[in-house]
Amino acid sequence: MSAATASALISLRDASVAFGAVRAVRNVTMHVAAGEFIAIVGANGSGKTSLLRLLHGVVAHTGSRDVPRPSAVQAMVFQRPFMLRLSVWNNVRVALWLADRTMPRALRDGRADEALRRVGLGDLRDRPARSLSGGEQQRLALARGWAVRPGILFLDEPTASLDPSAKNHVEALLADFAADRMTLVMSTHNLGQARRLASRVIFMDQGRIGIDLPTAEFFAADTPGRAGLFLKGELSWLLDG
Amino acid sequence: MGALSESFATAFRLIVHGDPTLVRTVALSLAVSGSACLCAAAFGLASGAWLAVARFPGQRGALLALDTLLALPSVVVGLLVYLLLSRSGPLGALGILFTPTAMVIAQTILVLPIVTALSRQVVADALRDGGDQLRSMGAGPFTAALLMLLHERWAVATVMLIAFGRAIAEVGAVMIVGGNIDGVTRVMTTTIALETSKGDLPLALALGFLLLLVVALLNLATVLFRRGAGAPAGDLR
Amino acid sequence: MVARRLTRPWHAVVLGMLAAAWIAWAPLPAAAQERSIVMASTTSTEQSGLFAHLLPAFKHATGIDVRVVAVGTGQALDMGRRGDADVLFVHDRQAEEKLVAEGFGLKRRDVMYNDFVIVGPQSDPAGAKGKDVVAALAKIAEHSASFISRGDRSGTNAAELRYWKLAGIGSPATRFAGYKECGCGMGPALNIASSMDAYVLTDRGTWLSFRNRGKLAVLVEGDSKLFNQYGVIVVNPARHPHTKTALAQAFADWVVSPAGQATIASYKVGGEQLFFPDAAS
Repeated sequence: MSAATASALISLRDASVAFGAVRAVRNVTMHVAAGEFIAIVGANGSGKTSLLRLLHGVVAHTGSRDVPRPSAVQAMVFQRPFMLRLSVWNNVRVALWLADRTMPRALRDGRADEALRRVGLGDLRDRPARSLSGGEQQRLALARGWAVRPGILFLDEPTASLDPSAKNHVEALLADFAADRMTLVMSTHNLGQARRLASRVIFMDQGRIGIDLPTAEFFAADTPGRAGLFLKGELSWLLDG
Repeated sequence: MGALSESFATAFRLIVHGDPTLVRTVALSLAVSGSACLCAAAFGLASGAWLAVARFPGQRGALLALDTLLALPSVVVGLLVYLLLSRSGPLGALGILFTPTAMVIAQTILVLPIVTALSRQVVADALRDGGDQLRSMGAGPFTAALLMLLHERWAVATVMLIAFGRAIAEVGAVMIVGGNIDGVTRVMTTTIALETSKGDLPLALALGFLLLLVVALLNLATVLFRRGAGAPAGDLR
Repeated sequence: MVARRLTRPWHAVVLGMLAAAWIAWAPLPAAAQERSIVMASTTSTEQSGLFAHLLPAFKHATGIDVRVVAVGTGQALDMGRRGDADVLFVHDRQAEEKLVAEGFGLKRRDVMYNDFVIVGPQSDPAGAKGKDVVAALAKIAEHSASFISRGDRSGTNAAELRYWKLAGIGSPATRFAGYKECGCGMGPALNIASSMDAYVLTDRGTWLSFRNRGKLAVLVEGDSKLFNQYGVIVVNPARHPHTKTALAQAFADWVVSPAGQATIASYKVGGEQLFFPDAAS
């Protein structure tokens, strides 16, 4: 355990998140190791998004959240990405500027171009970002996230509002990022997606971590209790992927 | 109404003849109110953005005071600035009473609450949508607020148009601090007031129409500018 | 950082704004500021059009610009006390002498007089027509006819109240229901009288240039009590050292000089002389 924690990018110990009376995350202890692709699954309201935000460090919490190497950049992609009323290109440049104010302009421009090419939006760079389709905007969000070379990329149900072909596009990109050994933490209610992409699956139930296993084991075992019910409820979706 | 049709005719005649006094009066109105809006924008947009993200004790009270200042009567502003700039007042040594500078100061104070309160609302609303995203991207609260001003630049333009309308239409403040001096501090609204008090109602009304016409042209220019810069048609924001 | 596509329209906006700022400040080059004085006078005097006739002549003779701030007599004298004006030109002798006595002004000098008249509805329901202002006011009060008072501490208002007092009516507002105070200038008061067919005391100058007469006509004139004396006062530099005393004195001297007096006499509205020079020679 201590070896794992030593190389962990983020460690949570007995951490909780509460919004007023509602306890979204309860006493969670977990570690994120480099190179992992973690899928956080669970029903709506189980605390997936809150856990994600807790790991990203953008929500108030009790308990401890440790980031041993705080200089590593983190980025997050939301289910519906927020784009500024600027061009596609400038949205990426703003992200780069926010991540590093001292970056020389030429380098920033180059990284923005590179990121857009990576996600296949190079041709649309001068269009208003908000005029893009849902799938294109999500790819733009990925470009924005990838451009800043994050140590960890968080994604909150990134394909939930996309049509199947856009979803495939995005999944391909995520697989690509993972292959480049980027660490990804993604919440999803699509078990097929978790199975396809993740190296580790965490099942959230009422704010607690129910199960935390490598993907193969998660889907192989005959999972008992509530987790099992959840999995069985999703069975038909599992087949469709 | 006979006065109304006579006014239209007078207004038309004034425009066609391009009377130099009238041109100078219109130019001064635009310059004074325009400068006031520039100053108010510089202070007010930043303050509004800051207020949208700041957390400090007494914040509720401050916002309440700000909203109250929205209803500041222009004569009251005029009187306060007059007392400030009067030779017997604290800033008398500046000697700027009865100059266009004093008028710009008075109008800036008048529209500053409008710019601050409305831009605060614009930024606060925008942050509700995208604040999380910007924060996750590493923006501090004030940086996020300023980015939202950029993001909502058309709403900000509307705020500035509102402020400009308020400034160019007011008469109480500029009358008191400017003194309505012929050729120096006489603007459209004070001319209208003067002609009214002289009993020349058709001329006063004609000047009123001209003032509206000038503001309408300005609004038209803004709309065309927006179309040119690619804002979606029919999008009021 | 800002999108390239935005820079060009933004250039236009910024340029426009800089132009606005330039226009607001440019028209006052320092030299013009130097050879100019601020004169506090009354709205009725400005509206009579006298200044448009008098001041260019003064400028031609001396090169000095006179900037008139036309307000009520009360405010004009207050400007003198505050030092916001260099010279005062009003028509309320008692208040003027008080200001000089208080040390805010140098010597007060007579310049000219115009006269007041009472205008009212041509039908004259109170029977006020005639040459006697005190008798006319008494009749107006008796009939409780509509009477519009400026009620604004102006020279005209002060004169009006003096006439009421002579008629034995100390506070007209409490004496008859027709008395209405508007707290306004001469023009607006005439507007109100015109729309209400009421009586009103006005200076002849404002009446002659007033365009909205309705059914009003001059009913009472010629009473010597109705003469309205104007005085010029230079603001005392001992109280307000920053004032442009030399230039202000030049104006005061000129306006009582034969040249100034002749210019005053030559001002006519509709062929009628409005102001009668009476500086002590």
